[in-house]
Parts: sequence; structure tokens; C-alpha cells
Amino acid sequence: MELRQKRKLINNLALSLSLAAMAFGLFWLAWILFTTIELGIAGVSLDLFTRMTPPPGASEPGGLLNAIAGSVIMVALATAVGTPVGILAGVYLAEYGRHTWLGHATRFINDILLSAPSIVIGLFIYAIYVAKMGNFSGMAGVFALALIVVPVVISTTENMLKLVPDTLREAAFALGAPKRVVILQVALKASVAGVITGILLAVARIAGETAPLLFTALSNQFWSLDLNKPMASLPVTIFKFAMSPFKEWQQIAWAGVFLITLGVLGLNILARVLFRQRHKN
Amino acid sequence: MNDTNQTMKMNETAAALEPQMAFRKLDFYYGKYHALKNINLEIYKKNVTAFIGPSGCGKSTLLRTMNRMYDLYPEQRATGELLLDGSNMLDRNVDVTVLRAKVGMVFQKPTPFPMSIYENIAFGVRLHEKLGRADMEERVEWALRKAALWDEAKDKLGQSGMSLSGGQQQRLCIARGIAVKPEVLLLDEPTSALDPISTMRIEELIGELKEEFTIAIVTHNMQQAARISDFTAYMYLGEMVEFGVTDQIFIKPTKKATEDYITGRFG
Repeated sequence: MELRQKRKLINNLALSLSLAAMAFGLFWLAWILFTTIELGIAGVSLDLFTRMTPPPGASEPGGLLNAIAGSVIMVALATAVGTPVGILAGVYLAEYGRHTWLGHATRFINDILLSAPSIVIGLFIYAIYVAKMGNFSGMAGVFALALIVVPVVISTTENMLKLVPDTLREAAFALGAPKRVVILQVALKASVAGVITGILLAVARIAGETAPLLFTALSNQFWSLDLNKPMASLPVTIFKFAMSPFKEWQQIAWAGVFLITLGVLGLNILARVLFRQRHKN
Repeated sequence: MNDTNQTMKMNETAAALEPQMAFRKLDFYYGKYHALKNINLEIYKKNVTAFIGPSGCGKSTLLRTMNRMYDLYPEQRATGELLLDGSNMLDRNVDVTVLRAKVGMVFQKPTPFPMSIYENIAFGVRLHEKLGRADMEERVEWALRKAALWDEAKDKLGQSGMSLSGGQQQRLCIARGIAVKPEVLLLDEPTSALDPISTMRIEELIGELKEEFTIAIVTHNMQQAARISDFTAYMYLGEMVEFGVTDQIFIKPTKKATEDYITGRFG
């Protein structure tokens, strides 16, 4: 009986500590969300989606249209460039290069790239592209963001493919399927939810990146869809506006923060729902 | 007297039998480990041949040479000959996809693909044949009927293969294997992950399938081998200790080692 009580006590202690840790984490998260909503929602209006970022001391209300458009364009293009590269490299690592030196080397380099500070990537693109072209541009921003997408997609694709049991591949080979069919129709099909989740998480990550855009796309106060010109984006606009002394700029920055948070939250929820649905069957 | 009778029976049976596959001086290596030693064996057409022996004796390895599954792993290799309809399948020029169309395989754990029941079966067929929609539907039904799954699956062909129960999944895998119309079906402990009722259904199924296919089965369950097979091979430490008509192996084995194993003295 004494042993039983002792175990119960230890169990309760461990449970309380875990619950306390969870409450601590959730508390800050909830606070962040609450503050974002509280300060951001006041700035959300139709103007936000129809007007450009205002000059200082403007008499008319401003919006974030050019920043939203810039962010959407750069994130979409970066995903379109980075995703195929990431998936193909991930397939190589999981299906062909598992035990080869090239596979090991690629995986190692990818892990470094995955944890590289994004400002390093921004400066890198600045050095090899912006400095050579002579001006900041949306294209440079796309390249920088794509470089962040690639390692995320490589690593999720590889890990998701590795979760597919080898017996499933063997079963397909045993029917006389060539390797490409086994990869495309069985292995990738079995892990498609995980791969898509990885892409969505990569999108969520780059949607909020500021550092790589500061040295590449810079920002633009006006409406511009020209990828060879500086391009506005939500994170950089928030950075600029939040640091400013103007009340209306700060309000717009908070509204931008609210929009990004909402977007990233939505992407994460979408990723989870997708992943869970696939794993139910 | 009894001995001669048994030998005569075996000779009689063998005379009427046609070999489908044959191993000639087969050796198999996992890297440097010599896993199969000088295997010589005939597998007879439209009969069930069971491979028994303690864990690690090489029975699954032998099965996996028959469709060259080991080709997937660069450190594994086989020497000697594996004859299928008279030609050596271990030859480097043999197209393994063609070999695997002739020699199907079902694994220990059910392995339905992440697609519908219908697509699970059509998958293999499409690799080797171009069938129209009606022909494909007919083939799927044929395979499901052969695998005794049609009645349970006919109303949910569009559902995921993974939604079936374990025993149904294994029958789906058998249906998928025979849909390609192979000559030989390899079964690697097909019932070891199943409950007794599912096991019984699969055993009945094997009895029906041997009307059309040559079957080689690896099993840990000696009663199962005795129940369903026509021939039994007892293996130990990579060697073929004894091969013969199942009744003879189980009633009057010629080797002491075989007797010890089937009477449960070791293994």
C-alpha cells in the first residue's frame, strides 16, 4: 500500500509540473494573441485593403494594399520556386541517397541551411544579386524567401517519405513496379498530406520573415507589381511603421501584425486539418 | 516396409508432377554472411510447397530469391541458378519486372496501398497490361472473387483499402497479387499477423488457389504446413535438411533433425 501511495504521489507531482509548464507556455501565447487582436482589430477597416501605405502626416487615411499585394506575390513566387526543388531533393534523400555519401552530405548541409539565421540569407542574396543588379527588387526578395522554403520542404519531404514503411515499397516492387512508379504512386501518395503540411508550414514561415526582405525587396511606398523594382511587404512595412513616431502609422502596423497572425494561424490550422484527415484513413 | 511405401508414394507423385521452378546450387549472401548454402529444390506446378524451420534458417530469404526481391538491397546477392520454366532467372539480363509479373508475393503484414480497393488491384494490372475500363472492372471482380473478398468488398470498391480489417486486407493483397495473373504465388508467413478465423479463411483460399497457381509458403506454424501443403521443405541454418511429400515429412521424416523439429524438441 505504501508503494502504491508513493507512486501516486510521484505521478501527481509529475502531472502538476507538466500542467504548470503547459499553462506557462499557453499563457504567453494567449497574451500575444490577445494583444495582437486588441491593438490590431481597431485598425482593420476597408481602407486597409483598398489604400496604399500613407506618407507621414497624410490627411487621408492609409492602408496596406501595396504591402499585402507585395507579400502575396513574393510568398507565392518563392513557394513556387522553392517547393519543386525541395520535393525533388527530399525524394532523392529518402529514396535514392539514404546510405550514400552524397545523401549524407546533402542532409548535413540542408540541416545547416535550415537553421541558418534568415538575415544571413538576406545578406547573401544582397551580395550576389542586389549588389550586382544595382538596385533592390521584388525578385531578390523572392530568391531570399525561396532559399528559406527549400530546406524546410526538403526536410519535411524526406521525413514524411521515411515514415512510409519499406514493406509498402516492397509490396509495390513485388508486383513488378519500376522504381519511379513505386515513388510516385505509392511512397509519395502515402505521404502527400505530410508533404503538403511541410509546404504550408514553409509558407507560414516566410510570410512573417522580415530580415531577408530588408536587404533584398526593401520596401515601396507606392503600388508596384514590377519585380525589378523595390517591393512592399507586410513584415517590412510593419517594421518601418511600428518604429515610427506617428500614431496612424503605428495603428496600421498593428493591423498588419493582426493580418499576418491571422494568416499564419489559418495556414497552421489548414495544415493540421489536412494532416489529420489523411491519417484517419 | 513402411519406408519403402513412403518412398514409392513420393516417387509416384513426383512422376506425375511438373516442376515450375527449380533451384540449382543456390547460394545467398547478406554481405559476407552466407545465408543459404547450396540449395537444390524443385517447386511443382499447381502444388503448395511449404518452407518450415526455426527463425533465421533462411526460409524467407529463399522465398525472396524467387522474385529477386533482394535486388533492392545492394549488399545482398545470390549465385547459382533459379529456373523458371527452364530459364535462369538470376541471369543479369532478366527483366525483374517481368519476373515479378510471373511470380507474385504476399507479405507477413497486410500492405494495402494508400488508394481505393479497386485501385489497389488495378495498380498491378496496369503495370503489365493495357486494359479498357470494362476489362479492368472484370479483372478486379475476378481477382476479388478468387481471393474470396468480392462479397465483402463489392459495395465499397471506392473506399480506401486501409479501411478493411486485417484479414480482409490480407485477402486484398492476395487479390492484388493474382490480378496480375502470375504463375507462382509466394506467401511469406501470410497469416502470422491474423486472428484464427481470418487464418482459416486464408488457408481455405490457398487450397482453392492451387488449382490455378503454384504456391510457395513460408510458415512458422507447423500445423499450418501440414494442413495446407503438398510438399514440405525443412531448413536449418541456411541448408535444406529435408524435402519431400508433406505427409511423409510429418509422419515419417528420414532425418533425425527434421523429426526433432516437427516433434517440438527444439526450434
